[in-house]
Amino acid sequence: MTTFADQPLEEQIAQWRAYVRRRQTIHGPDVEELEGHLRDQLVALTETGLTGDEAFLVAVKRMGSLDALSREFARAHSERLWKQLVIAPDATDESPNTSRAETLVVLILAVAAALAVKVPTLFGLRLNPNEELPPFYARNASLFVFPLLTVYFVWKRGSDVVRSLWLWLALPLAAGAVFANVFPFPKGSNTEVLTILHLPIALWIAVGFAYVRGRWFDDGGRMNFARFSGELAIYYVLIALGGGVLTGFTFMMFAAIGMNPDWFVAGWLIPCGAAGAVIIGSWLVEAKQSVIENMAPVLTRLFTPLFTVLLLAFLATMAWTGSPINVKRQVLIGFDLLLAVVVGLVLYAASARDPQAPPDFFDGLQLLLVVSALVVDGVALAAIAARISEFGFTPNRVAALGENLILLVNLAWTAWLYARFLRHWGSFAALERWQLAYLPVYSIWAALVVVVFPPLFGYR
Amino acid sequence: MDVSKDLVAASATPLVLAILAEGDSYGYAIIKRVAELSGGHLQWTDGMLYPVLHRLERQGYVAAKWAASENGRRRKYYRITKEGRAHLAAQQEQWRTVDGTLRGIWMQACTI
Repeated sequence: MTTFADQPLEEQIAQWRAYVRRRQTIHGPDVEELEGHLRDQLVALTETGLTGDEAFLVAVKRMGSLDALSREFARAHSERLWKQLVIAPDATDESPNTSRAETLVVLILAVAAALAVKVPTLFGLRLNPNEELPPFYARNASLFVFPLLTVYFVWKRGSDVVRSLWLWLALPLAAGAVFANVFPFPKGSNTEVLTILHLPIALWIAVGFAYVRGRWFDDGGRMNFARFSGELAIYYVLIALGGGVLTGFTFMMFAAIGMNPDWFVAGWLIPCGAAGAVIIGSWLVEAKQSVIENMAPVLTRLFTPLFTVLLLAFLATMAWTGSPINVKRQVLIGFDLLLAVVVGLVLYAASARDPQAPPDFFDGLQLLLVVSALVVDGVALAAIAARISEFGFTPNRVAALGENLILLVNLAWTAWLYARFLRHWGSFAALERWQLAYLPVYSIWAALVVVVFPPLFGYR
Repeated sequence: MDVSKDLVAASATPLVLAILAEGDSYGYAIIKRVAELSGGHLQWTDGMLYPVLHRLERQGYVAAKWAASENGRRRKYYRITKEGRAHLAAQQEQWRTVDGTLRGIWMQACTI
């Protein structure tokens, strides 16, 4: 007997199977073996007169706790936990062919991204170690990679879903290409630097759109994309560290035989590696989702208390000494970054949290972090406002101020929702929803900075 | 009377090997055979058999292959290997020693 006529029972089995599959140490064929066992057991139990439901309960109970079971599987197959960290899942995965095809697609896309960086060279824009980086490269940095990353997700998610969406994906990227290059920026222009910094943020949402198959509001898609972004950042840093070591050895070894590898490192290794690493990093995040998934939350747990201590110490010192914040340009950006870090900590703490769980100590700590960040930023904001009223508007100040306000609004409402949650007046899900609903705001503001600021401030 | 967890775990390997020595078998049938042989006193958590089987497979004491079962589903059948039989013999020797020692002292206790 292959299947049960009892439809609800089949559904229960399917649920159980999905549940077991999520265990990293229990692989595809093991699940099949266990399911076979479950089915044999169910047949025997229903034959003794139990109903489908009863039989299912008994059979699952006899199977034992899945935690203990996956621990035993991990012990019997200790290599599994490690193997998942290295190259593609082995043949025991459900679809070995697609994973092999994926490896190929990813390699092709990564090479394409690396070569895309070299295309401008054909038009005379050379990367020369002895000269300054042509601003063209900085302005278009995201455009070398993001289209290929989008192609990867379109390929991965199934083209049928995305066929109707290609306009939504191509349009922002094309618009980004136009606005990065049409404006006549003079040398050393501030608005050009703003474009360089903001274009990737504005376009990242187009990548996100491809990532969630265009269903921005469906089944936790946005949260998955937020997680993906965080994990990609971690992977990228790891790959960059490895790249640094590679670069160091390149210099050392060729210098040893009297060659200068400058032209290769600056013209090929670093730019091509940086572009290809985005694709490779994304693929690693996708492939190893279940393994490294916990990296961002772990870092969050580690640094939330430390940042809270830092902020409180800063406030206490300022209150004690009475020294005002000395507003310089870096300070503006510094406080923006601080708020961004705090928002990131909140977001990644939320991503790892079970929304149903009751408030605990860590939630209180999060609220303390958010509130102290708000106070610190309030002080900084007052100083910045004073400086603007004294010296007038510049593109940098307006951009920094705008970002500060956006993050401030986010954190203020977050603090309110956290407080409600801690007092059992509201649910954690509301907080999560708020953070996710806010994601497009960053991109929209970044797009504004790219599109409106240069003409508004006369490209200075 | 239920046998303690440690004893169940310790006896799992010889028991599984001995059942496979009777003939090729698969997970569910092995569990049923254990229950039958022990009169229900050896309570195994069903799932736990599989890690044991997989460990024995890695150690080379049993070999496994997927084959169609009578119900049409794929099923993983296990067969004891030569090394498995040798290991079973060694285990039997050890268990006999333990059993004999315990018997000896319990007999003495009875005769005093």
